[in-house]
Amino acid sequence: MTDSGGRPENVTDKEVTEVAGGPQEGDPGAAPLVVVENVNKYFGDLHVLKDINLTVNRGEVVVIIGPSGGGKSTLCRSINRLEPIDSGRILVDGKELPKEGKELARLRADVGMVFQSFNLFAHKTILENVTLGPVKVRKVPKEEAEKHAMELLDRVGIASQAQKYPAQLSGGQQQRAAIARSLAMRPKVMLFDEPTSALDPEMVNEVLDVMTELAREGMTMIVVTHEMGFARRAAQKVVFMADGQIVEENTPDEFFTNARTDRAKDFLSKILTH
Amino acid sequence: MSQLSELFDFGPFFDNFDLILEGFWATVRLSAASAVLSLVIGTVLVSFRVSPVPVLRAVGAAYVNVLRNTPLTLVLLMCALGLNDTLALKFSDDPGTTYYWWAVTGLSAYTGAFVCEALRSGINTVPLGQAEAARSIGLTFFQSLRMIILPQAFRAVIAPLGSILIAMIKNTTVAAAASYAETATVMKDLLDLPTFNSGAIPLFIGVAIGFMLLTLPTGFFFGWLAKRMAVAR
Ligand SMILES: Nc1ncnc2c1ncn2[C@@H]1O[C@H](COP(=O)(O)OP(=O)(O)OP(=O)(O)O)[C@@H](O)[C@H]1O
Ligand SMILES: [Mg+2]
Repeated sequence: MTDSGGRPENVTDKEVTEVAGGPQEGDPGAAPLVVVENVNKYFGDLHVLKDINLTVNRGEVVVIIGPSGGGKSTLCRSINRLEPIDSGRILVDGKELPKEGKELARLRADVGMVFQSFNLFAHKTILENVTLGPVKVRKVPKEEAEKHAMELLDRVGIASQAQKYPAQLSGGQQQRAAIARSLAMRPKVMLFDEPTSALDPEMVNEVLDVMTELAREGMTMIVVTHEMGFARRAAQKVVFMADGQIVEENTPDEFFTNARTDRAKDFLSKILTH
Repeated sequence: MSQLSELFDFGPFFDNFDLILEGFWATVRLSAASAVLSLVIGTVLVSFRVSPVPVLRAVGAAYVNVLRNTPLTLVLLMCALGLNDTLALKFSDDPGTTYYWWAVTGLSAYTGAFVCEALRSGINTVPLGQAEAARSIGLTFFQSLRMIILPQAFRAVIAPLGSILIAMIKNTTVAAAASYAETATVMKDLLDLPTFNSGAIPLFIGVAIGFMLLTLPTGFFFGWLAKRMAVAR
């Protein structure tokens, strides 16, 4: 049991996207990849997640949308245990993440996370940012990690920036580098918490394009975003969250044209008038 | 007038120049070893102080509070007289060697507490997102501390660390109390010499200049390093 992450050490990039998308990993092809079951979370007295249930299938893209303070970030962060939950279960690929320690650290890398504020390691070059995880956590030889990193940077269109430091890049470039850093860990699922909301408008699309491409290749993704275009283009499911509850689950087209709940209609009327 | 020229007669100072140089060499040896060791101690302490394990945090906090609030003379006397002489915990049978290492230990144990607190304020300048990103790619707490947080914290506090090291270099003079012969010891011995009359002021000036030759470059070096290593955000 040296690699209970469940993936052979030297799979190529192509295989990974296929694995992430297709049902070939053993028999549980049809089993959902992420299961959130009766999850409750409090910050002190504040009940932030109220009995949340959510299922994400392999290769599925789920967009989470909703008013500020509704608990979207908290849900995302609890899926890779950046926030502990108070009750309920969260399974990733059939396994519950352990509470703390080394085992958690290693399994957590199966869930990639892209933050609103990029969070690239400020004292390391872009290339070092992307190779650090594979080399230190997955024990991939440095040369191999660099080769893979360059492929990923090329895929997100910033291979020429590999030797620069994060502060020397534009916001859009930094966010694409952050996506490459997550991908380098060959995650089973990727979480995006408002990946474009800290960006200048002209840089939003370069990031959304990378994400759309990723979705097309079959990556399982949970995306907190208010970008309707992306949701319609890439997502199979929209989850509307407000006041710590999932108020509505719907297809993107249905949700944006004909939402079932009043709460969602009200919210949509507000963001649409902007 | 003749009295004034006698007051500033550097003759006796240069007559004993060899001895004084020897003292300074001892100061340099003590400073260099203590600089390295106090950085190590400070780094270990700060890892304790920010660790998720409550016991380690308590140990770190207790250490820092005790050492930072005890006079250095006491710490060094404790090492030399208490541990070395009374309890006979000796680094070596050679008195020079064992007092040297006790002086290094005491001075580093004391300075390490200050290094720890400087580093801790450095850690506070590193955005929380850095640690979260480190955890999200699967680094353990100590890996993220070592590879992501501390390197950035160090760079943020290079200038204050320079001040701590300068204070430490000057604090080496206290080691005289702990039986380690360095510049201050030589100075005191010379002043006690009946033949060393009227050389006091030149001696003070000479020793002061000697210390500045050690501390000024240290200050400039750390200032330069702080600029060079600054993390752009
Ligand atoms: N670390 C924390 N400590 C205390 N309260 C918190 C913490 N993090 C979030 N909260 C609170 O939990 C609630 C849910 O926050 P969360 O960040 O999950 O909302 P969100 O849906 O992501 O909102 P936004 O659209 O503004 O990002 C909010 O009321 C917030 O103030
Ligand atoms: Mg949020």
